Amino acid sequence: MKSYIKKCVSVFRIKFLYGLQYRIAALAGVACQFAWGFMEILLYKAFYEADAAAFPMEFSQITSYIWLQQAFFRALAVWFFDQDVFDMISSGSLAYELTRPIGLYDFWFMKNMAMRTSQALLRSIPVLIVASLLPYPWGLSLPASPLAFIMAVLSMALAILVTTAIVMMVYIISIHTISPYGIKALIAALGELFTGAVIPLPFFPGGLQRIAELLPFGSGQNVPLRIYSGNIAGSALVQAVGLQLFWLVFLVIAGKLCLKKSMRRVCVQGG
Amino acid sequence: MKLYIRYLSVLLKSQMQHKASFFMSLIGQGLTSLTTLIGIVFMFSRFDQVKGFTFSEVLLCFSSVLMAFSLAECFARGFDTFSKMLANGEFDRIMVRPRALMFQVLAQKADFARLGRAIEAAIVFGYAIAKCSVSWTLSKALVLAEMVLCGAAVFSGVFVIYAALSFFTTEGLEFLNIFTDGSREFGRYPLGVYGDTVLRIFTFVVPLALVQYYPLCYILDKGAPDIAPFMPMISLWFLLPCYALWRVGLKHYRSTGS
Repeated sequence: MKSYIKKCVSVFRIKFLYGLQYRIAALAGVACQFAWGFMEILLYKAFYEADAAAFPMEFSQITSYIWLQQAFFRALAVWFFDQDVFDMISSGSLAYELTRPIGLYDFWFMKNMAMRTSQALLRSIPVLIVASLLPYPWGLSLPASPLAFIMAVLSMALAILVTTAIVMMVYIISIHTISPYGIKALIAALGELFTGAVIPLPFFPGGLQRIAELLPFGSGQNVPLRIYSGNIAGSALVQAVGLQLFWLVFLVIAGKLCLKKSMRRVCVQGG
Repeated sequence: MKLYIRYLSVLLKSQMQHKASFFMSLIGQGLTSLTTLIGIVFMFSRFDQVKGFTFSEVLLCFSSVLMAFSLAECFARGFDTFSKMLANGEFDRIMVRPRALMFQVLAQKADFARLGRAIEAAIVFGYAIAKCSVSWTLSKALVLAEMVLCGAAVFSGVFVIYAALSFFTTEGLEFLNIFTDGSREFGRYPLGVYGDTVLRIFTFVVPLALVQYYPLCYILDKGAPDIAPFMPMISLWFLLPCYALWRVGLKHYRSTGS
């Protein structure tokens, strides 16, 4: 058991260091993220000016939300898949992966998570620093309370895990469909919408917001970004983090079972 | 022109060979923009207007930009994916043929599945035109058509810049996404919404406002300058620096060798 965990950690480490190599690309990405963040904030400002009473968050909460979203964009985007996994599935070289001394689920999970965290690490630091230097309410405000900060960090980790577990489901489904295109497009689109990447969930119409929060996508970026600015607090906070834990356990167990089932059907041809 | 149509028909035939995959991509393209549309619908279930633009007026804006982008992405696909063409040596093959380079790059790749967004845009267009209270005249209808066509030209120009820069980097530049995908995403609202600074950038740097904000104001009678109906035409001047950059890049070109 102990040596198995060590294997998982070393897969993570290798892929993480690999992801850190593309520094110039990351720098270009940061510039893009900034421009994007400013445009988003200007847009919400226009809506805020149109009708402040109808605005479901405080203005400083939405700017913090947007800057955190831009900073951790790579870690939390649902559509961030490893293309080589899909290539393996359609070309059949998946069989090689089965010879590795580590479970397929754990290997792919570590790989995707390492890619997310390493790319986000490079991009988040400059965005966070500059965004927090911007004057109030345009920049990234301080967290609502020390507790909110700690819970946001914890919830961020859970959000990355849940998002990776959703990606795993897409891989597993494409083992059945062979062509990954349909499921990829569907989950990417639905995921972006219901995780709060298109517009934050508080801007959804009432009933739909409730549903979206309960879906697995709602346990992604929606939770940590809103905890940080104090938009989710008190008992709602406990509930939201608990739901994240539930979805993580559920998705991982369901994913492992489905993968096991489909692996039984795999028939490796020689040659 | 005849040759171009011939190229297109060959491409269409070849893409139709894989019908299932073609329609999947078509729907997939539509889905991503559908979430953007849903975002607008949700925002307007809460707010009545933004900077004086109502729901149906924003939809008119959204669909014209989406249509223009989709056309550009379908027909100027060769420039959008040009860095790949450079990397795998396909461009060297093109250079030895006795036809204009730009023509060949343009004609080599047209991706009809990219029209998924255009279909969606057409539906929204229909809805927006029916709903928004514009007293349509011939000149307004012409301006609308002008917005879409010149918009497609401006987006194509951005793709050419994208391609020209890959002569220097051989990698696509992520930063430029702000002007391609970014223009599409933020162009869903009239650019005046973002304030004067942004409007100025999109007037003088990348002339997206010339095909979007000003002519839209003309159609909606929102105090547009007299020159507004002709602004989409003026935006075509943008293609000149794009072409110049392409020429500079071409001079700089050295094959990757493979």
